[in-house]
Amino acid sequence: MEILIAIAVMALGALTLGAALGYAAIRFKVEGDLITGKVEAILPQTQCGQCGFAGCKPYAEAIVRGEAEINLCPPGGDEGAKKLADLLGREFKPVSGGGDGEAVKPRLTAIIREAECIGCTLCIQACPVDAIVGAARQMHTVIETLCTGCELCVKPCPVECIDMVSVPETLATWKYAYPIIPIKSAERAHDVPNNVGAMNDTQSSHRKVA
Amino acid sequence: MPIAPPISSPYLHAETSVRRIMNQVMLALLPGIVVYTALIGLALIVQVLLACCFALIFEGLFQKLRGRSLASLQDGSALVTACLIALTFPPLSPWWLTVLGVFFAIVVAKQLYGGLGQNPFNPAMIAFAVCIVAFPALMSQWPAQGLHLPFSQQMEVIFGFSPRIDALTAATPLDAIKTALKMDSFTGSIQDLLKSQSLYGTFAGRGWEWVTTAYLVGGLFLIFRRVITWQTPVAFLGSMTVISLICWLIDPARFSDPLFHLFSGGAMLGAFFIATDPVSGCTTPAGKLIFGGGAGLLAYLIRVFGGFPDGIAFSILIMNICAPLIDVYTQPAIFAMQQGGKKKERDHA
Amino acid sequence: MLQKLFKFKGGIKPAHHKAESQGAPIAIAPLPGRLVIPLSQSAGEAAQPVVAVGDRVLKGQFIGRAEGWLSSAVHASTSGTVVAVEPRLMPHPSGLATLSVVIEPDGEDRWLPLQAPDYKNMSPKAVLQYLQDAGVVGMGGAGFPSHAKMQNSTVLEDLVINGAECEPYITCDDRLMRERAGEIVAGSRVIRDLLQVKRVLIGIEDNKPEAIAAMREAVEAMGETTFSVVVVPTLYPAGGIKQLIRVLTGKEIPVDKRSTDLGIQCFNVATALSVWRALNLGEPVVNRIVTLTGNVEQAGNWEVLIGTPMNELLALARPKADTDGIIMGGPMMGISVPAFDVPVIKASNCLIARSPALFPPPPPEMPCIRCGACARVCPQELQPFELYWWSRARQFDKAQAYNLASCIECGCCAYVCPANIPLVQYFRFSKGEIRAAAKEQKMADSAKARFEFKQFRAEREKAEKAEKLARAAAAQAAKLAAERDTPPGGESDTAVYAADAKQAVIAAAVERARLQRAETDSRDA
Repeated sequence: MEILIAIAVMALGALTLGAALGYAAIRFKVEGDLITGKVEAILPQTQCGQCGFAGCKPYAEAIVRGEAEINLCPPGGDEGAKKLADLLGREFKPVSGGGDGEAVKPRLTAIIREAECIGCTLCIQACPVDAIVGAARQMHTVIETLCTGCELCVKPCPVECIDMVSVPETLATWKYAYPIIPIKSAERAHDVPNNVGAMNDTQSSHRKVA
Repeated sequence: MPIAPPISSPYLHAETSVRRIMNQVMLALLPGIVVYTALIGLALIVQVLLACCFALIFEGLFQKLRGRSLASLQDGSALVTACLIALTFPPLSPWWLTVLGVFFAIVVAKQLYGGLGQNPFNPAMIAFAVCIVAFPALMSQWPAQGLHLPFSQQMEVIFGFSPRIDALTAATPLDAIKTALKMDSFTGSIQDLLKSQSLYGTFAGRGWEWVTTAYLVGGLFLIFRRVITWQTPVAFLGSMTVISLICWLIDPARFSDPLFHLFSGGAMLGAFFIATDPVSGCTTPAGKLIFGGGAGLLAYLIRVFGGFPDGIAFSILIMNICAPLIDVYTQPAIFAMQQGGKKKERDHA
Repeated sequence: MLQKLFKFKGGIKPAHHKAESQGAPIAIAPLPGRLVIPLSQSAGEAAQPVVAVGDRVLKGQFIGRAEGWLSSAVHASTSGTVVAVEPRLMPHPSGLATLSVVIEPDGEDRWLPLQAPDYKNMSPKAVLQYLQDAGVVGMGGAGFPSHAKMQNSTVLEDLVINGAECEPYITCDDRLMRERAGEIVAGSRVIRDLLQVKRVLIGIEDNKPEAIAAMREAVEAMGETTFSVVVVPTLYPAGGIKQLIRVLTGKEIPVDKRSTDLGIQCFNVATALSVWRALNLGEPVVNRIVTLTGNVEQAGNWEVLIGTPMNELLALARPKADTDGIIMGGPMMGISVPAFDVPVIKASNCLIARSPALFPPPPPEMPCIRCGACARVCPQELQPFELYWWSRARQFDKAQAYNLASCIECGCCAYVCPANIPLVQYFRFSKGEIRAAAKEQKMADSAKARFEFKQFRAEREKAEKAEKLARAAAAQAAKLAAERDTPPGGESDTAVYAADAKQAVIAAAVERARLQRAETDSRDA
């Protein structure tokens, strides 16, 4: 008799837990597209294809399917790879193959040397974000505010009249730098860089457990 | 004239520094040290100096080992820790026990966590906790009341040239109560017991009551100078008063009165000098109230019902663990938040 | 009339250092040898130059046209010749150069014929347009275009005129209120009528008794009953807009709202004066009052043409030999200018000569001990040390969660920090990164949208083409069925021919371009 009760109790327990888990699986189902969207939101949308995929969305889908590494996006840099690592719970890998910090390229924009443009429209077709305007046999020009700096237009140009130039800093884009204050007294200012490095390596404290 | 490198405003700075704050804390400890010395003898001064010297040595050594500047020796934080260790350890502890305490405080509890500002636990209390667990007998050897050893003999005790004296094993009033509580045969009342043992002074342990009063004076000075805020000590002493009052009202024969508890052991020192340590404590006003209140309550429970003579160290260490979480949940409202400002959802992860 | 005052939490009381410069009356600075007038002197877009090198300009003549609504016009500060329109250094912490108009004065300082507008009969919109064209911006230091602050869609109750001048050293508003109270009150009245507010509160810190008396007298002389001069306790930053509004009205402006949402608008006393001058005299903003103080022999206040190089101006106050820099604005929120000869702009209320003795270099930063001193003085009731931890660790989302955006960068926290942490710079760094990230996100979103649209278009074109091909193939098949005798291949020959032709055109163009480039190269060589 007792053994029967034991079996019944165990069965009941299993049933209840099973039902709860089954309900949770339905109730809290994670949509596959949702995570793709989140990954895509982290990618910089330059659509440059440097990752080997035809744009940011295909790359995001490949990451979610587990077919691509998270460190293939040079425009996103290490910062982006870190975010992806956090989101997906994967291990962080630096983008530039072990280089530290140098992975983020300065922002570039394409400039067409308009006198040399022959109006072939090849760059217009290559531009993934419609940032080049012009018509056949008319001069083309890059709308600089829309250019993502993906460099996809450079190769197709038959007359090589497209340059990638870095975007100059203006009052609107200027930012305050990370504070650099020497840790030692002012007389020993010459060894500032070392000190700064030493100071910055303990960036988060125990406080951050909260 | 070459132009100076641009720096970010503000260009003015108040006359303040970490060192100034630490100096004020040490100044506030002075009355306690003076009264304590008057009670015990110059041995205490020797212990303070011993602790301070080794604190600086350990701090300097480990700053160097960690490749940091030795300028931090000037901030005075190691000296405050050293003073607290000297004041919380039995005054006639052997010299190596004091040094060991300083080592745990400075090296393990502070430097290994990243130095000043990074330690999650109060270094002096780590030292106390480690030593009382490792050397319970030595840490319980308080000089008996009325034992006035000459200075030379005190030195012999501290530096180990003379065998430990029996008189040192006397219990503190707190200990006496606890021992009595645990004896089933005990039938008298606490008051009778204390008085019979001639440990009791005017309102707490004889002589010791004046040391703790001196701590109170120093603590009030710190509040007056705005080095500490009122929340932590008030909550600490308040919760200790309430819980001891309740117990005392329930059974005055078994529990002693609140006044006794406030002025016994390390209550005053803990409330004003240890629980108020900004690095390991709470930072928000409400958090400080919770922190102080919790520490006071736990200290009472440990010292009355627990296995150790006093509960200050453990109660504060336990609250240290909780401090970051308390801070997260007690963030004060900001300017304009009450007047329709949107309260941002804070991620508690 | 007794005004009930409110308090804000926090605040500090640094030494005033106002006595040095507040004694002497405002003097008129002599014409400098060169004027460098930056075209971006206000918040918002930079003005566009409308003069060219060699142009003769008169004082008050338009040289920069406002670009869009949030922008303000720029004028020649004196008569002379435009000698350059080029990027020049301006007083900005970035040390970047911006497009500026350089004028060589002819010494006559001849005004453009001024004509006061009939603003009482103009539509409010036209008045605002006039103010924009007159280059009226906030003169308290922020330089926000004033017309943009007068375009009210909500019903306003209070107009706050800010004469608090809470920063140490600065006394230009103090002198202005003492000497030109009537014009300030008249300007405030104009703004009051434009905004149709019920009450005008002029807030002045209690360390300026003469200014308070002068302003009270002016208000009485005008017979304005809606005006009240309110004496506020001296406590930095009582002149911060949110703090002053709190003190005067008890209302607190949250970070995500504007003061007008709570029925209040605020202008600086010097701005009120500029408004009056623009509307009553037709005079655009070409000068301002500048306090010269700090490490100088003779501190004082001067009426200075916009564009005057700071070293020429500071010479009037005879800076001491160890002067090693200039702070523009107050010592709490001002900036270190990148060079001695940067020009005075509309926001330059004060120039403080720096010296190592007066403003010692910041002592080394020590670890934060979480003492909470910063939280106790923060007028925005923030927890600066928490913001510091997150900013230092570059965890900007956390910094935002602790209300970094509410920080007004007043500097109280850094002032009291015993560990000498440059807290404000950490916050500025974080804010800059957050702003840049938001901008980048916006750009990424738009790039994504355009990319997706392009793909959609490609798909559509492909589909259309396929359909067309299918139709053509069907037609072809029908045709073939009809004319069985016709040999196949003609069609594809034409296609090949067409492709060849296209190749040829491109090849020809490439050749042309090559020749052209060769020609350019040879010319260059």
